[in-house]
Amino acid sequence: MEGVAVSWIGLYALSPVIALSIAAVVVMLVSAWDRRHHTVALLTLAGLIGAAVLIPVAIRAVPQQVTELVVVDRYALFFLSLILIAGFATTVLAHTYLEARRERLGAALLPEFYILLLLAVTGAAVVVVSAHFAAFLLGLEILAMALFGMVAYPTYAERSLEAGIKYLVLAGLSSALLLFGMALVYAKVGIMAFGPMADALVLLAEVNEPLVMMGMAFILAGIGFKLSFVPFHMWTPDVYEGAPAPATAFLATVSKGAVFALLLRWFLEVELFRYEPVVLALTLVAVATMLAGNLLALLQDNVKRLLAYSSIAHLGYLLVALLSAGQLAVEAVGYFLVAYFVTTMGAFGVVSLLSSNGSQRDADHFDDYQGLFWQRPWLAGIFTIMLLSLAGIPLTVGFVGKFYLFAAGVNAALWVLILTMAVGSAIGLFYYLRLVAVMYQLPVPEAPPAAPPARALGSTLLLAVLTVLLLWFGVYPSALIDVIRANTLGVV
Amino acid sequence: MLLALILIPLLGGAVAAVAESWGRLWPGRVAFLVLLAELALGAMLWGGAPSAPGPWLAEEVWPWIPRFGISFHLALDGLSLVLVLLTAFLGVMAVAASWREVSTRPGFYYLNLLWTLAGVVGVFLAIDLFLFFIFWEIMLVPMYFLIAIWGHEQRGYAALKFFIFTQASGLLMLISIVALALVHAQTSGVFTFDYPQLLADAMPEGAATWIMLGFFIAFAVKLPMVPFHTWLADAHTQAPTGASIILAGILLKAGAYGLIRFVVPLFPGAVAELAPLATGLGVAGILYGALLAFAQTDLKRMVAYSSVSHMGFVLLGVFAWNAIALQGAVMQLIAHGVSTGALFLLAGAIQHRLHTRDMGRMGGFWAYAPRMGALGLFFAVASLGLPGLANFLGEFLVLLGSFRVAPIPTAVAATGLVLAAVYALALVQRVFHGPPHPFADGLPDLDGRERGALGVMAVTLVVLGLFPQPVLDLTGPAIESMRQFAAVLAPPLAESEWRVLP
Repeated sequence: MEGVAVSWIGLYALSPVIALSIAAVVVMLVSAWDRRHHTVALLTLAGLIGAAVLIPVAIRAVPQQVTELVVVDRYALFFLSLILIAGFATTVLAHTYLEARRERLGAALLPEFYILLLLAVTGAAVVVVSAHFAAFLLGLEILAMALFGMVAYPTYAERSLEAGIKYLVLAGLSSALLLFGMALVYAKVGIMAFGPMADALVLLAEVNEPLVMMGMAFILAGIGFKLSFVPFHMWTPDVYEGAPAPATAFLATVSKGAVFALLLRWFLEVELFRYEPVVLALTLVAVATMLAGNLLALLQDNVKRLLAYSSIAHLGYLLVALLSAGQLAVEAVGYFLVAYFVTTMGAFGVVSLLSSNGSQRDADHFDDYQGLFWQRPWLAGIFTIMLLSLAGIPLTVGFVGKFYLFAAGVNAALWVLILTMAVGSAIGLFYYLRLVAVMYQLPVPEAPPAAPPARALGSTLLLAVLTVLLLWFGVYPSALIDVIRANTLGVV
Repeated sequence: MLLALILIPLLGGAVAAVAESWGRLWPGRVAFLVLLAELALGAMLWGGAPSAPGPWLAEEVWPWIPRFGISFHLALDGLSLVLVLLTAFLGVMAVAASWREVSTRPGFYYLNLLWTLAGVVGVFLAIDLFLFFIFWEIMLVPMYFLIAIWGHEQRGYAALKFFIFTQASGLLMLISIVALALVHAQTSGVFTFDYPQLLADAMPEGAATWIMLGFFIAFAVKLPMVPFHTWLADAHTQAPTGASIILAGILLKAGAYGLIRFVVPLFPGAVAELAPLATGLGVAGILYGALLAFAQTDLKRMVAYSSVSHMGFVLLGVFAWNAIALQGAVMQLIAHGVSTGALFLLAGAIQHRLHTRDMGRMGGFWAYAPRMGALGLFFAVASLGLPGLANFLGEFLVLLGSFRVAPIPTAVAATGLVLAAVYALALVQRVFHGPPHPFADGLPDLDGRERGALGVMAVTLVVLGLFPQPVLDLTGPAIESMRQFAAVLAPPLAESEWRVLP
C-alpha cells in the first residue's frame, strides 16, 4: 500500500466532489444567517452549478486514481454530471413544492431541505467515483442519511414519517448486509480496492470459492436493497408514496443511478460475469424484478406507487444490460440511465408540480388526474409523453434506451431475459395507458383538481426542458450516443 | 417528395388542432384539405411512375443514427404507392364520416386522425427496419386516443386491448429486427438496418426461423390472422366511425404489407416451412371469420368479423407467392379497404341516427331511407364478391394463383365465398328488408355528404373491378422484384404467363 499522497492533479480531478462538499457547508452556514427560502435555494443551485462548471476542469485531469479509495475517470464524471443535473432539477421542484407548503410546514423549516439535498448529492458523487469498498460505503451512508431526512421532511404528514422510518431501517439493514459481505470477501482476499481485488480473485485456487461467493451474495443483496431488486423491493412503494414528490424524484433517479453506476463498474472490474452462481442469481433476480415490478404496478391506484413499481421494473431492465457485459452493455446502461433520469424526473416533476398547492397530501390519486388534459393540456401532455417514454414508445428517449438494452441483450444472446423484458414492457403498457386514459377522460369531472400556485415558473420551465430533451434524444439520439461512447470507452 | 407525404398529414394535424379556435367546423375542413393534398401528391407520383429507373419509383436517404447503421431511408415502389393512395383516399372518407359525428374537441380528434395517417404512410414508405418499426409503433398512439376518447360505451377496454396486442407483438418484431441486424453484422461485417442491404445477403438457416417468427407474429396480429384476431372486433366496434374506417381500411393493410415486403423476401427458406401452416390459418380465418360474422347481432361487429374473413384471402395469396396470387392479394387489400370502409361509414351513419348498433332493433330501413338501402345493398354485394367489382377480382385472383400451389386449401377457401354471400345478404335482410322496425321510425336518409362519400367509393369499386390493369401495371414490377428474392417458394412465371392476366 502506498502512502496517502494526493497530487494537485488528483485534486483537480476530484474538484467537482470537493466543490459539492464545500457547497453543503456553505449552505448550512448561510442558512444560519439568512433563512429566506429563495436565498438558500438559489445558493444551492449555485453550488450545483459550481460543481458542474468544474467538470470540464476535471475532465482534463482524468483518468486519475486519487488515493486508493477514489478513481475519477470519464465514466465517473459522466454519471456525476447526470447526478448534478438531477440535483439541480430536484432543487427547482423542491422550491416550488416547499414554497406552497410554507404555512403548513412553517417558514422556519424550509432551508434545511437544501442542506440535506446537497449532502445527498455529495454522497451520490462519492459513490460514483469510489474504487474501493470503504469509499463506496462512505458515500452510500452519506446519501442514505441525507435521504432519510428528505423523505421524512414533511413532519406534519404521518405517511412521510412512516416512510422515513422505513427507509432508515432498510438502509441500515442493507448497509449491514453490505458490510458483512465486504468483510467476507476481505477475509479471503485481503483487499478492498476493486482493481487489485480482480487480480487477487483470479489467483484463488477455486473459481467459486465459497467464502467469496457468500460475500458477493451479501454485497449484491445490500445493493439489491438500494436498487430495489425483487425480492428486496418491499420498501420502495411505501417510501415513494410517503416521501414528498421532489424527494421521491431524487430517490428514484440519483440514488438508484449512482448505485447502479457503481455496481456496473464493480461488476466489470471484478469480472463478476465469470462466476456462474452470480450470473445465475442475477438472472433470476432480473426476471423476478421485471415481472414483479410490472405485475404489481397493475394493482396500483396511486400514481406514486405506480411509478415506484415501474421504477422497479426499469431497474430490472437495466440488469439485462449489466448481464450482457461488454462495450455495448456499458453504452446501453449509460443511455438507459439518461432516459430513466429524464423520464422519471419529468414524471415526478409533474406530480410535484400538481402537488404544489399546500394540501397535506401529494396529488397522487388517480382522481387528481381525471380529465387533466382538458383543463391543463400542456401539463397533461407532458405527463403523457413521460408515461409513453416509460412505456418505451418510439420517438421518446425511453424507446431508444430500451432499444439499446435489446441490442445489448440480443448481442449477448440472453434470450430469456430479452423475452421477459418484452413481456414486462407489454404488461407495463397496461398501467401506463390506464393513467393516460384517466387524464383524457371525458366528460370532465365537476370538481377540477386544485390549481397549483401561479408562480411556478421554474418548475414549469424545468418540465419543458425535460420534455424537449426527451423528444430530442428520442428522435435524434446520435449526439447523446456519441457523448456516451466517448465517456464509457475503456471502462470494460 | 416522400418526406412530404409524411409531413403533410403531420403538420396538417397540428394546424387542425389549432383550427379549433377558428370555429367548430374548421378542424374538419383543414383535415379534408390536407388529405386532398396528400392524395394529389400521391397521384403526381403515380404520374411520374413509368419514367422511374431502378426498382424504386422514388427514394430518399438521410443519415440518422450511424452508431447502429440506421438511416432515415424512405422509398416508394408500386406496392407502397397504391397503399399510400388508399390511405389518403380512405382518410378523406374518414373525415367525411366524422364531420357530424365528432362534436367534442374536434381539433384534437383531427390531430389524432391525421397523425395516425402520417404514421401509416411512414410504414408504407420506410425501408430502414428501425425506421419502419418506429412508424409501426407510433401510429398506434393517436389511434389509441381516437378509440379511447371518442369511442363508444366500452372504449377504454377496446383501446387498451388494441394497443397491447399490437405493441406486444411489435416488441417481438423489435427483437427480431435487432437480431436480424446483428446476425447480418456477424456474417457480412456490416451493421445495418437497411432493408435493401439486408435483402442482398442470405440469412443462416437456423436463426432465420426464429427471427422470421417475430416478424410474422407482429404482422399476423395486425392482419389479423386467426387466432390473433380477438382484438379486432372490439377495437373496430368501439372506435368512432372515422377510426373504424382507418382501422379496417388501412391499418390491417399494414400487416399484409409487412408480410409481402419483409417476411417473405427476407426469410424465403423459413417461410417455405411456415407456408402450409400459414395457408391453413388463412383458410381457417376465411371460414371462421365468415361464421362469426354471420352470428353477430351488432352491426359493426359483423362488419369487423367479415374483415377477418377477407384478410384470410390475403394471407392465402401472400403465402402462395406467385404473381397472380400476389396481385390478387393486393387487389383484395384495396377492395376490402374501400368496401369495408363504406360499410363502416354506413354503420356509423345508422348509429349516429339511432344510437344503436343492435340489428335486433333494425329492419325495413329501405322503406324509411331508400338511398341508404341501395348503397347498403351495393356494398354488401361488393363484400360478398359480386363479379364486376374489385372484391371479386381480388378474391378470384388469389384463388386462381394459390390453386397452383395448394389446391386443397384453396378449394376449401373457395367455400368462403358462399359463406360471404350468406352473411352479407343476411346483413341486408336484417337491416334493410323485412317489416319496418318501429324503433327506426322516421329514420332520416343519407345526407349529401354521406351520399357523396359512398358514391365515390362505389364508383371506385366499379372502376377497379372493370379496369384493373393500371393498378396491376403499377404493382406488377414491385411484386416481381420482391418475388425474385423468394423464388424458392413459387417458381417464377414467365412474364408472358402473368401478363395474360387482366
